[in-house]
Amino acid sequence: MEITLNWYLSLSAVLFTIGVLGVLFRSNAIVILMSVELMLNAVNLTLIALAQSMGDTSGQILVFFVMSVAAAEAAIGLAIVIAIFRNKLTVDINEINLFKY
Amino acid sequence: MDIDFLVRLILLLPLAGAVFNGVLGLFIPALRKNETLIGGLATMLVAIPFAITVYLFLTLHGEAHVSTYYTWMAAGGLDVAFAYRVDHLSLLMTLIVTGVGALIHLYSIGYMHGDRGYWKFFAYLNLFIFAMLNLVLADNLPVLFLGWEGVGLCSYLLIGFWYTDLKNSAAANKAFIVNRVGDFAFLMAMFILFKNIGALDFDSIMETARSFAAGSAPAWANWVVLLLFIGATGKSAQIPLFVWLPDAMAGPTPVSALIHAATMVTSGLYLLARLSPLVLIAPQMMMLVAVVGALTAIMAATIAITQTDIKRVLAYSTVSQLGYMFMAAGVGAFFVAIFHVMTHAFFKACLFLGSGSVIHGMHEVEHELEHHGHEGHLDPQDMRTMGGLKKYMPSTRWTYLFATFAISGIPLTAGFFSKDEILFKAFEYGYDGHAYAWFVWIIGIITALLTAFYMMRSYMLTFEGEPRWPQADEVKPHESPWTITTPLWILGILSLVAGFLGLPAVLGEHASWVHHYLAAGEGPVAEAELAHHVPVAIEWGLIALGSLIALGGVYFAYSAYKKHGLAYDDQLKQRFGGLYRTWQGKYYWDEFYQRVVVGPIVQSGSKALSAFDRIVVDGTVNGLAKLAETISWDSRKVQTGVIQNYAMGIVLGVVVVIALMLLG
Repeated sequence: MEITLNWYLSLSAVLFTIGVLGVLFRSNAIVILMSVELMLNAVNLTLIALAQSMGDTSGQILVFFVMSVAAAEAAIGLAIVIAIFRNKLTVDINEINLFKY
Repeated sequence: MDIDFLVRLILLLPLAGAVFNGVLGLFIPALRKNETLIGGLATMLVAIPFAITVYLFLTLHGEAHVSTYYTWMAAGGLDVAFAYRVDHLSLLMTLIVTGVGALIHLYSIGYMHGDRGYWKFFAYLNLFIFAMLNLVLADNLPVLFLGWEGVGLCSYLLIGFWYTDLKNSAAANKAFIVNRVGDFAFLMAMFILFKNIGALDFDSIMETARSFAAGSAPAWANWVVLLLFIGATGKSAQIPLFVWLPDAMAGPTPVSALIHAATMVTSGLYLLARLSPLVLIAPQMMMLVAVVGALTAIMAATIAITQTDIKRVLAYSTVSQLGYMFMAAGVGAFFVAIFHVMTHAFFKACLFLGSGSVIHGMHEVEHELEHHGHEGHLDPQDMRTMGGLKKYMPSTRWTYLFATFAISGIPLTAGFFSKDEILFKAFEYGYDGHAYAWFVWIIGIITALLTAFYMMRSYMLTFEGEPRWPQADEVKPHESPWTITTPLWILGILSLVAGFLGLPAVLGEHASWVHHYLAAGEGPVAEAELAHHVPVAIEWGLIALGSLIALGGVYFAYSAYKKHGLAYDDQLKQRFGGLYRTWQGKYYWDEFYQRVVVGPIVQSGSKALSAFDRIVVDGTVNGLAKLAETISWDSRKVQTGVIQNYAMGIVLGVVVVIALMLLG
């Protein structure tokens, strides 16, 4: 059985959905960050699959940009989480609601 | 030289002065201190138009010259241009306005020295001259009305010049509001004129008026004259609208001299004289004018007897003299009214400026008394604290005396000729068969006697006798500087000699230059046609009677106040009892207006308007605020502070957009 483009895209969609659900429903800030990474990587997978199937390498190049941005984002995100933890001794996103009305 | 250009210069130079002093004073505070520049320039910019007017006066004869500059408004049948009319009447008035105006500017340089609002004062004064020139030179009623309102505005600004004192602001408001009543009547008169004639320029109005014989005029002409007269009672301080003028003395004294004695208050007379052919075809209204003038004259004269404030005496005297002018207008002798406007401008300006000089000196006394540690306030305008000033202020004293003689009608002074001519014209009109003129004449004779008495009284109390201010042997006033005494001398001498311009007709038909200049032939001022003329013997008799009355009044006041001094006021009070108290209470006009007009309006207004204010105005404003508050109170709950809710929003949004794309 040949692994066609649809398989890749389906896998990517599943991963992305898991990521979205994680962002929306988990309460641990670190898990949310990991879910965001999952979404980004789902997108990367889509890019590479399509680049392969269409014979266009620009998709692959774009993935490198996404990865570097994702790395930066993770670094900043974790730094913020640590800063908040030092203040509030929790990383529960429901406890952090300074912008409440 | 080109007349159009010269008229333009006459009008625009004072305006330029007003703009220069106003704008530069406003934006360059450093210039405000430069009194020589401000005062000198303002005076020059009135003196130059005076010189131009003299040139026009000497070269222009006969026909009126109309300078049209541009169309102001043209709509339908209405066509109003900025047109100015140079004829004998407007030239004479322009001479008075710029001549006396320039002298008073010169006077103000010294009088206003050191005032914080020096630049503002001269800006207003120049603006006043501009507006007044608009009034007297206008060739149609709207331009005249522009000047009419302009002088009203300047009068308001200058009465309230020392506006930090609430009393002065109130006086300014009173003047403005009372004048509104008259201005409304003036506007109505213009509407009626336009409806019936279709034009508002003087030539058209004159032409229509001359097409009717006296007494055969249509009803609208009567209404127009009545409304114009009501307008004139406002500006020229006649019953029932005179109440603002005595209060207008709150302004600086040069303002009282220029605006509230020499020029602005005579504009009502000018209006009647300018439209004299129209007035002459409405005899009933002329009767009203004459009777109102007579009643005003005697009322103001009796009030003046009781006043102790030197400027208030002069203010009531102005009201009284304006009454004389209306008497003249009411018996169809408009040129005499203008003649009296001219002589009155000289002697009343001189009296006011003299009183200003006295006040200047008494201020000095006040300051020195404070310096000496004197307790209590000295009112520098109160004649009861003056006395004996002739020793310290000789120039002021002599000029004040000259002007007092002139206003009293001492033979051969200016007031003698003009006042006698008014009385003679009233007599002659009565002789011609108009019964009301007899009444006017009798009132005029009595008022002449009162005038001589109260003016001499003010002179005696101020300049003769012993000084009555505290510590009089140590604290002494001084004569004012030359910028103040020069105008005094010029006006004082004019008060003595200007009457020779209007010699009585008994000396020959062409003896009166004023009559010849204004009314002869197709002159700008019409006069009543008379069937019967008074015999020469009676004319001489009337002149003798007038002289006797003036001399008698002056002598009586002189001897009474020489002997008793200030105490004679108390004797008068005892002798006249309730009558005197009525005079002192100014016939209770102010109380009457307060109770009948001002009080009810304020009360009913406060009731009706407070409900409106509460329900409509406050309701709208508070309702809008309440609405905004309710909406935002509910909608702000969207902001939960939980990031995941926001993220959910974003995701749902994306889902909706994708769904739309797939379906669409």
